Amino acid sequence: MSDAQMFQIRTVEAPRLPAPSSTTGVIGWMRQNLFSSIGNTVLTILGALIAWALIEPLIEFALVKAVWTGDDRTACLGADGEHIGACWAYVGDYMQQFIYGRYTTSELWRVNTVYGLFALLLVPLLAPSVPYKGINALLLLVAFPIVAYYLLTGLVIGDTVILPIVETAQWGGLLVTLVIAVTGITASLPLGILFALGRRSNMPIIKLISVIFIEFWRGVPLITVLFMSSVMLPLFLPDGVTFDKLLRVLVGVTLFSSAYMAEVVRGGLQAIPKGQYEGAMALGLRFWPMMYLIILPQALKLVIPGIVNTFIGLFKDTTLVLIVGMFDLLGMIQSSFADPSWATPTQAHTGYLFAAFVFFVFCFGMSRYSIFVEKQLHTGHKR
Amino acid sequence: MSDTAVELNLDRSRMMVSETEVAVELINMNKWYGDFHVLRDINLKVMKGERIVICGPSGSGKSTMIRCINRLEEHQAGQIIVDGNELTGDLKKIDEIRREVGMCFQHFNLFPHLTILENCTLAPIWVRKMPKRQAEEIAMHYLERVKIPEQANKYPGQLSGGQQQRVAIARSLCMNPKIMLFDEPTSALDPEMIKEVLDVMVSLAEEGMTMLCVTHEMGFARKVANRVIFMDAGQIVEQNEPEAFFLNPQHERTQLFLSQILHH
Repeated sequence: MSDAQMFQIRTVEAPRLPAPSSTTGVIGWMRQNLFSSIGNTVLTILGALIAWALIEPLIEFALVKAVWTGDDRTACLGADGEHIGACWAYVGDYMQQFIYGRYTTSELWRVNTVYGLFALLLVPLLAPSVPYKGINALLLLVAFPIVAYYLLTGLVIGDTVILPIVETAQWGGLLVTLVIAVTGITASLPLGILFALGRRSNMPIIKLISVIFIEFWRGVPLITVLFMSSVMLPLFLPDGVTFDKLLRVLVGVTLFSSAYMAEVVRGGLQAIPKGQYEGAMALGLRFWPMMYLIILPQALKLVIPGIVNTFIGLFKDTTLVLIVGMFDLLGMIQSSFADPSWATPTQAHTGYLFAAFVFFVFCFGMSRYSIFVEKQLHTGHKR
Repeated sequence: MSDTAVELNLDRSRMMVSETEVAVELINMNKWYGDFHVLRDINLKVMKGERIVICGPSGSGKSTMIRCINRLEEHQAGQIIVDGNELTGDLKKIDEIRREVGMCFQHFNLFPHLTILENCTLAPIWVRKMPKRQAEEIAMHYLERVKIPEQANKYPGQLSGGQQQRVAIARSLCMNPKIMLFDEPTSALDPEMIKEVLDVMVSLAEEGMTMLCVTHEMGFARKVANRVIFMDAGQIVEQNEPEAFFLNPQHERTQLFLSQILHH
């Protein structure tokens, strides 16, 4: 065999050609991902059929056969033997209760103001391109809670009633869900970071306290925590000393989720190479600046999925407050089933579907935002 | 080990070793890892302006020794005196010494979430409390010196190893240190990138910087060092001027080491 047949030496540079059209574009993508072999083609078709079998009845129930308007149950009963879909008229009728609970109707503007202020401060904080992040964060984390507290609970100075008191027992629905979730989320992250640092500390007492805290709160079910805080705690307090039930729930939920948060953050801290600490120390940075500037930004970025996981878990766990007699969104929906004026065969289905939808929107929003943030913060290896 | 394919031209006009001012002094220094005696009775006096290369087999305690100088490792017995300050558990003293001692690591240890410029301005702003504008000017000055000002707004992950190590040197220089420690600065680099880092180190030496370098670059040691120290099993077993060290090693262990790294 001659050399010429074994290899070719290029004397002219080989041209750079575009990729074959069958491997690019929509068709290329489908060929690669859906129909790359007979087996995969069968699976693709099978998957599409299963998906359709599941989604089609849902669309029919929620949209096609749904009842959108009506004043009472008769609208959602349908003619003899007719299958009726979701009774959205009932949800519409109960919307105020689902969103505000039994909050005094004349004072609803206060809740709306809080919702509005929250959105107004949160959206620019979450959008990376908006400037003044420092002031924004300060307003949201310091000023807003104070304003929201007085707006929601009421404000009485001396004998003058500026904002009439609305007892937290009257709160309910989405309001309770959001108050618990937002407070829990914003308080559990910093607490979790502190306990994570504490657990990795060289100081034995701080380490011990952190370990005991984390293991205790992780070791008990949230229902127990809620139950203890609302039923048992008053027994141990001296007569006349009471805390608001919502406040007790807030503290319980926050401590509970901060233990989970601490372990998530600790996972991130462990993934940071020792060299990063050494690099920072060699430059003369002390412990807190080193943590704040070098270690935590990297560690938290690594565990964004875990943090958001905890947030979402916390958000959904708010439904457990029903056990201590508070009515969050799900609790409110469930209690509305008792109303005979809307009693129809699809009332419960509709209510639960609505609850699922609302929870899904919030949780999915958090999930997508976390993916967006991960992409924003990605700085490594993008050569 | 590359005994030098690297050509290094040296301007010796400003390389002056002080006869009176001591930069670093280790007196009967001992260190243990648990029960293991890593550094045994180290005595070393480094004058201002000296360029010292520390070599020896792996595990001989070279890195540990220079890491003790800025307290990345703690020594258990003896004294370490840096620029007139004795290094003790006193946090203020440690801060003071770390401000004056720069260090470059084998794996650069740049901060991947910050740009090159932010890497360089971080310590001046937070440790020296310098205004941001001024810190950035200084950072750009040193980035120009290590010949990568155009990379200032990139992230470390986008740079080659040699560029990253030059940034790491610039980052240390931004703190205006009196002493520079190098812990195997070229060991993690591809051969073609070693020279660009050594060039920067040579130019530092030419300006009279006090340097302690743990390195296996014997060409660098020959040209730049005024003393070569050989360590074995946690002790300094030999030290000499480079010419004499390489031509006429005294200790048996040194002879073995040199024969292994120079004739392979």
